[in-house]
Amino acid sequence: MLSLIVFLPAAVAVVVAALPARLPARLFVGAWIAAALADLALIVAAWVRLPVAGVGPGGYAFEVRLPWIPSAGISYHLGVDGLALPLLAMTAVLFLACGVFALRETRRVKPYVLLFLALQTVSLGLFAALDLILFFLFFDLSIVFMYFVIAGWGHAERARSAALKFFLYTFLGSLALLLGFILVFLAATPHTFDIVELAAANPLAAGGPYAALTLLAIGVGLAVKTPTVPFHTWLPPAHTEAPATGSAILAGVLLKMGTYGFVRIAMPLLPTSWRQYALVVLIVGVVSVVYGALVAFAQTNLKRMIAYTSINHMGYVLVGIGAAGIVAAGDAQARTLATTGALVQMVSHGLITGALFLLAGVLYDRGHTYELGAYSGLAARTPRFAALFAVAAFASLGLPGFSGFIAEFQIFTGSLPAAPIPVAIAVTGILVTAALFLVALQRLFLGPLRIPDAPGTPHAVSDLRTGELLAIVPLLSLATVIGLAPRFLLDLVEPAAATVNTLVAR
Amino acid sequence: MMNENLAALIPELALLGAAVLGLLVGAWLPRRRQWLVGVLAAAACLTGLVATGLTYLHPAETVFGSYTVDTTTNASRLIVLVAVLLAVGASADTTRAHQRETEYWVLLLLGALGAVLLCGATDLLLLFAAFLLASIPLYALVGWTKTAAGTEAAMKYYLSGAFAGVTMIAGVTLLYAAGGVTAYSALRDSLTVAASAMGGRSTAALAAVGLVAVLAGLAFKAGAVPAHFWVPDVSDGTPAPIAGIITTVPKIGALVAAYRMLSAAIPDHLIDWPLLVAILAAASMTLGNLAAFLQNSAQRLLGYSAISQVGYVLMALAVATRTGLAASALLLYLAAYAVTNLGAFAVAAAVTTSDRSARTLEDYRGLARRRPALAAALVICLLGLVGTPPTGVFLGKLAVFIAAVDGGMAWLTVLAVINTVASLFYYLRWIAPLFADVRDQNATEHPRATRPWASTTALAAAVGSLVIGVGGGLLTSLFSGVL
Repeated sequence: MLSLIVFLPAAVAVVVAALPARLPARLFVGAWIAAALADLALIVAAWVRLPVAGVGPGGYAFEVRLPWIPSAGISYHLGVDGLALPLLAMTAVLFLACGVFALRETRRVKPYVLLFLALQTVSLGLFAALDLILFFLFFDLSIVFMYFVIAGWGHAERARSAALKFFLYTFLGSLALLLGFILVFLAATPHTFDIVELAAANPLAAGGPYAALTLLAIGVGLAVKTPTVPFHTWLPPAHTEAPATGSAILAGVLLKMGTYGFVRIAMPLLPTSWRQYALVVLIVGVVSVVYGALVAFAQTNLKRMIAYTSINHMGYVLVGIGAAGIVAAGDAQARTLATTGALVQMVSHGLITGALFLLAGVLYDRGHTYELGAYSGLAARTPRFAALFAVAAFASLGLPGFSGFIAEFQIFTGSLPAAPIPVAIAVTGILVTAALFLVALQRLFLGPLRIPDAPGTPHAVSDLRTGELLAIVPLLSLATVIGLAPRFLLDLVEPAAATVNTLVAR
Repeated sequence: MMNENLAALIPELALLGAAVLGLLVGAWLPRRRQWLVGVLAAAACLTGLVATGLTYLHPAETVFGSYTVDTTTNASRLIVLVAVLLAVGASADTTRAHQRETEYWVLLLLGALGAVLLCGATDLLLLFAAFLLASIPLYALVGWTKTAAGTEAAMKYYLSGAFAGVTMIAGVTLLYAAGGVTAYSALRDSLTVAASAMGGRSTAALAAVGLVAVLAGLAFKAGAVPAHFWVPDVSDGTPAPIAGIITTVPKIGALVAAYRMLSAAIPDHLIDWPLLVAILAAASMTLGNLAAFLQNSAQRLLGYSAISQVGYVLMALAVATRTGLAASALLLYLAAYAVTNLGAFAVAAAVTTSDRSARTLEDYRGLARRRPALAAALVICLLGLVGTPPTGVFLGKLAVFIAAVDGGMAWLTVLAVINTVASLFYYLRWIAPLFADVRDQNATEHPRATRPWASTTALAAAVGSLVIGVGGGLLTSLFSGVL
């Protein structure tokens, strides 16, 4: 079943590839939407059937394991648990939203749809992978496909250099990750790349410099992807130049690959070193939170601003999982709360930032610029756009009633006992984010009407169209549902978070 | 009594027989029918592949006292023969009805025979003979077109080769002087004995100088630093199929030969050759990459990339005696590299501009729109050379990295990782123009120059690269001899 979920978009891509490119664009996007819908349905079915299907001995459901390169301990191993399933669902929802949003795309639609279908397969595959090499395969391919999305459908010639920077930077990260995987592989007897076996064997339980180096390699690799300060410099240009759907997937799904890697690989496989260096992780998180928020505040370009808030939000995740490693202080319940919060934050950020980037894409479509100074008083002309943007902004800054609040509240409550002072500093990040979103709302929507009149810009700015509404509203509704009734998500996440914490604390 | 089992040498004899027969038949065939010799070459390769496949699991044996047929030889035979098959496909359009078509196929067959013999040689003298056989036909092949650039390339290749050959035979002499024998296993024993006897220090020094000289010859064949200067000129000055052959086929032979000699003949407690090879590996990958950065000629870029790729393979050689993983890593990398590199050169052979073959990276602008399948093949091959999963070179790199870390050379792996990222930059310089929008009339294909064979070969190689990546499990067990 998992293989079907992962490879369904790829199978559709093979069919689409065989069609001639002359066919109407809607047909290709339609195939994408159909694939995303079917995939989402399958994932929902898996979610519903999870209690019935039960979990295997390793704690994973719907496991598939086939030998791939047995002599090197590599297998095709998929499985889901409470960590993976919410992210799978979030990925499917976001790709569906992007598919609906892309209905208006007119530039080279066939390869565009092919790339996104491929991206969906690698994203789903990554969250379901239980083998380090399989994980790395999807991790690397996500970079390759996203490079082509940014370079091919970005805004200008600058998109190429941004895409190149993105590729080189994250590729370096992925190879650091590979180096870390090789170190883990060689430490285990028998040598294996299987995550479940490695977590059970805990080959680097003794700690020491070898384990620390391994954690450093894996940590740097994941930190580049997340990204955390100081490895974040590829993110703002990549986001600014990428098309709206590309940005939404990049921020919503690809960044989660980094944080998910911490929870899935770094914490269970290197518990001793994780505990040893948890404070470092937490402090990197705090720095990302504060730095991301402050730099976002200074931006005049809407997309850059949202990009920097992503750094801020990913910082909260690191605070949560860093606190989970500080075993000496804080009780197990608090640590589980922090980890749960970190996971909910991943889902929440995916939905909310996805919506924000799609909204930014709408703004660019109407005014051909992201400069905040170029717009003013839009609320009068585009009430629906203004309302949705306001909802997304409030959700993003962590207003109660939205998923971001649930996540950040859990993170702060859970990590406060472990490291009171850094966490207190991190809370100021929320204040700055609130301020910057309010300022942005004020500039865009209030005051006298001003619309950029670059050549070729239609003067009458139209409000959101049905397709755009259909793409964005579900994302924000889900964020609200999670904010108001989070139990359905927490019931799944909490036991998995508790398992991870037991693995870290051993 | 010496084992003289000719049946163990069917692949070699098939290559030799096809070369001789081809030369005879070709002399009588009209020019339009000389493609038959190409078919003969392909048939010889297929015969060799079948023969190797049938005897793959036979126990290892040494024939004529100096040629070992074991898993490594069998695996190398498979790699070389598949590479030659791909080379035949990539060449077919270029050679078609050429006035020297027969010569082309015969030279290719003889060069391939030399490469196979290099892989199985377990005696210094046979090693040198195989070196000559792998060199001399290929000098002529480089000059095959008789263009100015081709002649210059052949001259440069020949002069470096002659120098490397002389150095190598001097090295063989010195090793013989130090050990008194030329067969690998006997040499190892006698070097160990001589070094522990009186005046052992000078024996070790003599052997070290000899080893360096022999390695210099093999480095020339492999295109590794410090004997790499010919690679860019040859790969740029010859037609793409020849460049592909020269940067692939002899390389396989040289690297397997070096592996065999180092691990079987030279005790590493006597001479610290692992460090020497590691330094050569580091220098190759770094220099090749740095030089490739700003190239504008596609084939020259691939030439420099070939130098850096040798660096990665040499990593496996550096840890040959320190980990059990080296041999299969070496073979896996070579197999994946051979297919991928030939695929990239096959694309270069297939793409044309309005009046000539494509040469500069600019000539590839907009290829994705003109020839989507060919552009896809090129992307797969180039990303394969970077080492992106799920292509074969990724598995090769993974195996080589694991072997190097396991053999205590983690620093080399870190350097290789940095080099891999750096290499991405220049491969992307080639990939990016493929997807550019071109409305320009100049960028159309030559109307009568569709090159179906090269295009098909490029696609086959790209698919092969992916198949090696996905089906790597079978290949690893094949190469480590546990089926």
